Amino acid sequence: MGSSGASGDLEGEMEVDAFRRLFPLRFHERHLLESIRPDARPLGRARESTVALGAVSSADGSALAKIGHTTMLAAIKMEVMTPSSESPDEGCVAIDFHMPPICSPFVRPGRPAEVAPVIAKQLSDVISSSGMINLKELSLTTGKAAWMAYLDIYCLDADGALFDAALLSAVAAFSHLQIPAVSINEDGRVVTVSRADGDGKQAKDPVIKEKRKLTLSCVPFSLTCILHQKYILADPTAEEESVMETLVTVVLDSSSRLVSLYKPGGPVLAYTSAVQDCIALTRHRVKELQKILNEAVSDMEVD
Amino acid sequence: MEIDRPDGRTRNQLRPLACSRNILNRAHGSARWSQGDTIVLAAVYGPKTGTRKNENPEKASIEVIWKPRTGQVGKAEKEYEMILKRTLQSICVLTINQNTTTTVILQVVNDDGSLLPCAINAACAALVDAGIPVRHLAVAICCAMAGSGSVILDPTKLEEQKMEAFSYLVFHNSVLSMLPEGSLHVDGEPMEHGIITSVTHGVISVDDYLYCLERGHAASAKISDFLRRSLQSHAPSDPSKAA
Repeated sequence: MGSSGASGDLEGEMEVDAFRRLFPLRFHERHLLESIRPDARPLGRARESTVALGAVSSADGSALAKIGHTTMLAAIKMEVMTPSSESPDEGCVAIDFHMPPICSPFVRPGRPAEVAPVIAKQLSDVISSSGMINLKELSLTTGKAAWMAYLDIYCLDADGALFDAALLSAVAAFSHLQIPAVSINEDGRVVTVSRADGDGKQAKDPVIKEKRKLTLSCVPFSLTCILHQKYILADPTAEEESVMETLVTVVLDSSSRLVSLYKPGGPVLAYTSAVQDCIALTRHRVKELQKILNEAVSDMEVD
Repeated sequence: MEIDRPDGRTRNQLRPLACSRNILNRAHGSARWSQGDTIVLAAVYGPKTGTRKNENPEKASIEVIWKPRTGQVGKAEKEYEMILKRTLQSICVLTINQNTTTTVILQVVNDDGSLLPCAINAACAALVDAGIPVRHLAVAICCAMAGSGSVILDPTKLEEQKMEAFSYLVFHNSVLSMLPEGSLHVDGEPMEHGIITSVTHGVISVDDYLYCLERGHAASAKISDFLRRSLQSHAPSDPSKAA
């Protein structure tokens, strides 16, 4: 069974590594019996998470979020476009999620990750249904001009819980976003006002706005859990995800309403008690993440 | 508070279900499942030798291809493929035909709401038609929630768009047992109460969602009965097809 022999610690260590590679499920189950995981976390604890705003200086809003080793870089660029006729006073948000080959040994240039379009769609569903962004704030002139926000999220290191990190980076980027100041010049085109111009240009249509931030209401945060036999593991690493395949992602907003409960199949069934336990773990996590995000935003404002 | 549904159904009433099997000549298994106007055609080819590069060769693997009614394949279709693949992997016995691939192809014939549950039901019927070994079947239902906490089942596309939130839920099929205590119990809850898959859209409170789960598996019993009747009434399919 690969347990350490009496002769030499080095031999014992190599045995454990080999055991981990050859019998990954048994290796993890031995840890679960002691209510602990290979990286010494208790079952319900998430990994250490950090958020850094303003990672990309050329973007209008950006953030770098890390949960354990999983790293996501989100950047928002704003562009003016004509709004659609069905909603002339609303802007638009386009979300794209990329997994470049740097993030994981399983992603190669000719073989894109299968999970990337799924996470992109999940993100756009969650952000639009949570009502975090009021699209009417993105409007400039009703029927003529509105902002289109292009949010691109790049996965730099894929070590499990990709959706959680991506959502955290998206939310942080929107908190950092500053909509550029614009005015409409004589041709009727919208131009950005740089600070040097100041009040030099007299616009026909005074749509001069200051740089402003979006008001975010009901910010969603998420937690992915693994269900295995009767254990619930919060915030899995990539190794745990590959060994135990049943994932449940719960997204709650700041007023504890359920934005999404996503369980895409998996060998273990989720009974009501497991669902309630996952939701309780997520509630706890939402408070942690809100604190981390608020600290990052206030650090930014001090600068 | 009664909700008036445009087609006159009550809150818990499902649309008329219809299932026909063995409709495609060359596929090893096929089924057409319709719930009202939502119709999905499923075909199963397999098992074929070999697995794709990323898959585990010690187990049989399942490949899902989703074809929308119009337009090109985009992110939504990829998401449906992934959900279906993981749901079907949990119901099939993967240790029997190792190192093989079974392909399930879904063609959307018409989409009038509750599309993913219809597709899951069609895929299960097609797997049975092909004779792929399955542990039990999956039964899928869509529940839509209005703000007041009332739940309607099997919404049409218009109802899905009007309602505050809807969720697709997949349960075990119900077990018909000769033993007096009925189905298997796990932790005091019958096996059918566990959800295999859940996908939600829209924001609701946690209590509303749990109420939705209850309504969902009450309705899944009805779909289970329909599935059992329809699978038993068909003649056994041609055994020489899977050559």
